[in-house]
Amino acid sequence: MKSFDYLAPGTLDEALRALAARPAAKILAGGTDLLVQLKNGRHEPPLVVDVKRIPDLTALRMDDAGLTLGAAVPCIRIARDADVRKHYPSLVELASLIGGTAIQGRASIGGNLCNASPSADSVPLLIALSAVARIAGPGGARELPVEAFCIAPGRNALAPGEFLVSLFVPRPGAGFRAHYLRFIPRNEMDIAVAGVGASATVTGGRITAARLALASVAPTPLFVREVTEVLVGQTPSAAIIQRAAELAQAAARPITDMRAPAEYRRHLCGVLTKRALTAVLPEIQQ
Amino acid sequence: MKTYVSMTCNGEPVEFLAEPRQTLLECLRDTLHLTGAKEGCGDGNCGSCCVMLDGELVTSCLVLGVEAQGRTVTTVEGLAAGSGLHPLQKAFIDEAALQCGYCTPGFLVAARALLDQEPAPSEERIRLWLANNLCRCTGYDKIIRAVQSAARQMKETAQ
Amino acid sequence: MSTAPYNIIGTRPPRHDGADKVTGRAIYGADFQINGLLHGAVLRSPHAHARIESVDTSRAAAYPGVVAIVTADDFPQTPDRIVDLGEGETPLSYVRGNVLAKGKVLYQGHAVAAVAATSPHAAEQAAKLIDVRYTPLPCVLTAPEGMAPGASKLHEQENVTHHIQHAIGDADAAFQQAAIVVEREFHTATVHQGYIEPHAATALWNNDGRVQIWCSTQGSFVVRDVVSCLLDLPVSQVKVTPTEIGGGFGGKIPVYIEPVAALLSRRSGRPVRIVMNRRDVFEGSGPTPGSFIRVKLGADAEGRFIAARAHLAYEAGAYPGGMVGPGTMCVFAAYDIPNVAIDGYDVLVNKPSTAAYRAPGATNAAFATESVVDELARQLKIDPLELRLRNASREGTRRADGPKFRRIGCVEVLEAMKAHPHYSAPLGAASHAAAKRGRGTAIGYWFNIGLPSSCVISVNADGTVNLIEGSTDIGGTRTSIAMQAAEVLGIPVADVHPAVVDTDTIGYTGVTGGSRTTYATGWAAHDAAKDVIRLMTERAAKIWQADDVQFANGIFRSGNNQLTFAELAAKLTETGGPVVGQASVNPKAAGGSFAGVIADVEVDVETGKVTILRFTSIQDAGRAIHPSYVEGQMQGGSVQGIGWALNEEYWMSPDGRMVNSTLLDYRMPTILDVPPIDTQIVEVPNPAHPFGVRGVGEANIVPPPAALANAIHDALGIRMSRLPMNPPSIVAELAKQ
Repeated sequence: MKSFDYLAPGTLDEALRALAARPAAKILAGGTDLLVQLKNGRHEPPLVVDVKRIPDLTALRMDDAGLTLGAAVPCIRIARDADVRKHYPSLVELASLIGGTAIQGRASIGGNLCNASPSADSVPLLIALSAVARIAGPGGARELPVEAFCIAPGRNALAPGEFLVSLFVPRPGAGFRAHYLRFIPRNEMDIAVAGVGASATVTGGRITAARLALASVAPTPLFVREVTEVLVGQTPSAAIIQRAAELAQAAARPITDMRAPAEYRRHLCGVLTKRALTAVLPEIQQ
Repeated sequence: MKTYVSMTCNGEPVEFLAEPRQTLLECLRDTLHLTGAKEGCGDGNCGSCCVMLDGELVTSCLVLGVEAQGRTVTTVEGLAAGSGLHPLQKAFIDEAALQCGYCTPGFLVAARALLDQEPAPSEERIRLWLANNLCRCTGYDKIIRAVQSAARQMKETAQ
Repeated sequence: MSTAPYNIIGTRPPRHDGADKVTGRAIYGADFQINGLLHGAVLRSPHAHARIESVDTSRAAAYPGVVAIVTADDFPQTPDRIVDLGEGETPLSYVRGNVLAKGKVLYQGHAVAAVAATSPHAAEQAAKLIDVRYTPLPCVLTAPEGMAPGASKLHEQENVTHHIQHAIGDADAAFQQAAIVVEREFHTATVHQGYIEPHAATALWNNDGRVQIWCSTQGSFVVRDVVSCLLDLPVSQVKVTPTEIGGGFGGKIPVYIEPVAALLSRRSGRPVRIVMNRRDVFEGSGPTPGSFIRVKLGADAEGRFIAARAHLAYEAGAYPGGMVGPGTMCVFAAYDIPNVAIDGYDVLVNKPSTAAYRAPGATNAAFATESVVDELARQLKIDPLELRLRNASREGTRRADGPKFRRIGCVEVLEAMKAHPHYSAPLGAASHAAAKRGRGTAIGYWFNIGLPSSCVISVNADGTVNLIEGSTDIGGTRTSIAMQAAEVLGIPVADVHPAVVDTDTIGYTGVTGGSRTTYATGWAAHDAAKDVIRLMTERAAKIWQADDVQFANGIFRSGNNQLTFAELAAKLTETGGPVVGQASVNPKAAGGSFAGVIADVEVDVETGKVTILRFTSIQDAGRAIHPSYVEGQMQGGSVQGIGWALNEEYWMSPDGRMVNSTLLDYRMPTILDVPPIDTQIVEVPNPAHPFGVRGVGEANIVPPPAALANAIHDALGIRMSRLPMNPPSIVAELAKQ
């Protein structure tokens, strides 16, 4: 690794000042992406700003509006939290499948989002949960829906001097279910070959809300709005799920790389969409 | 420019100097001469470098040494009390759960982290927990048996 | 399983190095510390094939902390000649060239230069500042590509460096007589041994001109031979101390970094340590060959194999001497076939020079043969194990490469498979609507090797003994060796203190590999223990003034006189001095081992994911000295075979770069990816060995890929002809139907 300076600010303002002074600095949360990138030379920042001593970034709290998840909270804490386990079982599952146990001891969902990999496991589910990114910056605080956060492979929508403080996940209503389903060749540790985050609310036998997003089949995680259009107002059925799966396949723009051929990824979009929607719409008659 | 770090390691206060770019794994091995934790991959995928950091299992190759300031670290060298062996260490020997032994420190720390919070894990749970630790020699079978044997041992001792 | 007549053989004592290894005290290559240590980093080629136009080290030399830089020019420029450094004959220039490239780079990862600096980070950063100008050349990446007319050549010689042929009878004529013939082609990808410990070595070119090396290696005497050869020193000027080793599987037999560290040490006047990182391990060490294999098998209507032909084209990597030879020896070894024709081709390609991987060459070959045997069984409607038994090799069967089998356990292993509860257990219903289940079997063979080993045993006054030997201990062999000595001496195994020592301290000992360690070094320990008993018997005879001293069950007896081993040991000093026994063996051959696998799978037909439900490994160990470690070898080899079968491969870009050189994307099985590996040890004692030992380390990796391919066929009706059988390839094959 090339040399860098290290700073561990205790407040948001301290962090903002450090970033303003050295815009090429990188933020360090769990380090499970950043340290790999420092070692392989993908990033050679002059300064690393460790945000884990800023209370807002390690806070995890639930209120009537929803869940505020600090950007640096490690997956292992998310999976253990009583409120998350009660209200967001899909987040518990997600936190338990990123990497492996030791990775989960450090890796954060906020970091996974900021890393903006096309195959980021957290983003499709966050989109399905209608999560919002809360950002601090020199121009003040702002919010951004998660589906707008990743703009290119490895690039996010943060402006110079900004950083992610927390994610806000609205409180689920009655009849709401969410699920993230991915395909990996082994049973743990792998990067998703394809992934689907899905959510649906069923009220009075009809789908009143639905969101679906894909991982690993486009330059960024892909929010497939057409699926919302085709599902909302319908009664859950195998036919409507099949239609959604076809839309997901059509929306995908996969590439062939060392992890899978493009056609296989497209095929998986259909399979995983069907399975994920079946998980969030158990009322369907088979 | 080296930074001063003080932390608790295996129950003892330690202090050392580290460049920010030195990982915790490097600091443990090269500065503190605790060579139990190993580097197998450098990117968190083999678990040979597993240590406990403030009670959580982590891959020390992806932690900076300077991040350990004020924190508590436990390595394989801190597993046994005195000159005895922890039940996990004894079970690994008794069950022949090591062949070359290179991955063993990482597995021991990881297994200890599991048994600390789940004293009687199922085989499925053991496999899921230890999936971050690669072994190329044993095929894992005897590692499972050793963890189960240690869990039984520890339960009996606790009673 | 073995029963009495043994006291120690067949028991499961704790290993002698257990405490060190579970406490983190054991010293592996990168743990070794010495005053004044410098850190080395190697600069490697980014190109798969290129001419080196120039190397400019000036910017690197100016980097703070840099003490020395070396290239191939720093080797003594001794004229080329043929050398044999433990892996067969090869030009010295090839061995030297692989350690540091001269003139051309032949694979991405080929070492070009190295830097020694005061910290590993400084060395790493400085190495990047070495300016090398390359002119890229076309590359070939598979055996068929390397063999094609007009293919780009790596060396002066043709890319096909060896053509091996074996024949029995007249295969072509016999095929005409066959009632059924199956011929299929197979491809296997390049795979790596995947040892968790990267290569690590420290070298000190001492002020007296002697070179000392501490390294993780499967063969300290090989390191000594290679280093002394490349540095043009007599072997007596090089001393190699093996550290503990974190896995090898064949990949730590070749020598990569030790000569470089020695050159840097000479330049700098200080000890230098080089440790490979994981990327270097994939790109700069020795994976095992990818291959193209065609197998044709003909049988009569009763399923007797009457003709067999095999074409095996194996990648050698950048230098000749790949694993096709053993592949040709093993491809039909399990079967007694009267007409056989085998052609093996060793083909140069622009990939790292290949190295052995646990039964090298045999796994590729068995994938082909055992798939074809399974297909024949289906077409003939004969149970696959029954078909194998009908044709199994026995004592007296001639292997196609010439030797006749002595006593071997092929039939016993097949019968054990047939009788095993796994074989008749119900498969069970698939766990969901898109899943299908199937069962497959396969058998594999490895001939095992002999090679020299030495052992010295000295008796302590307290009745314990010190046993020194030179076989680096990868999997518990110091204990299996100690057990064999203890059995002869009639003392508890805890009273034998084994030590693996350096090349100055013990007589020449061959590599820890080839399934030879428990066999040959154990044999040396047995003979050394016999020597101790002979000397102690003489001493007892002197004490008692008798000439009829007998030794049995740990007791020396003559008339009414008797002394236990320990009691006599206590008297040695006063009756004439210490007793030291020694022996050296060099078995020309070993007893081969057969291994079989029964595997149950469930395949998700929509995703192509294979889940292994149940896996049984059955192997002939001859005599299991320490059954736990025999089981461990079977389980370890099985899981490596599973990885080879389902997920592992070098994913190459068209310009010859390995794209997946991390443990994230070179996917080895985790503990969550495999079921329990059930084992059954069969014992058909090896008549050549004093305890009947057959090496067990290797044959167990041979059958898993074929067994899994056969299980997938049983489940889905598709015949996978490429390794790895990963999810996309299974989905693609299903879609063809």
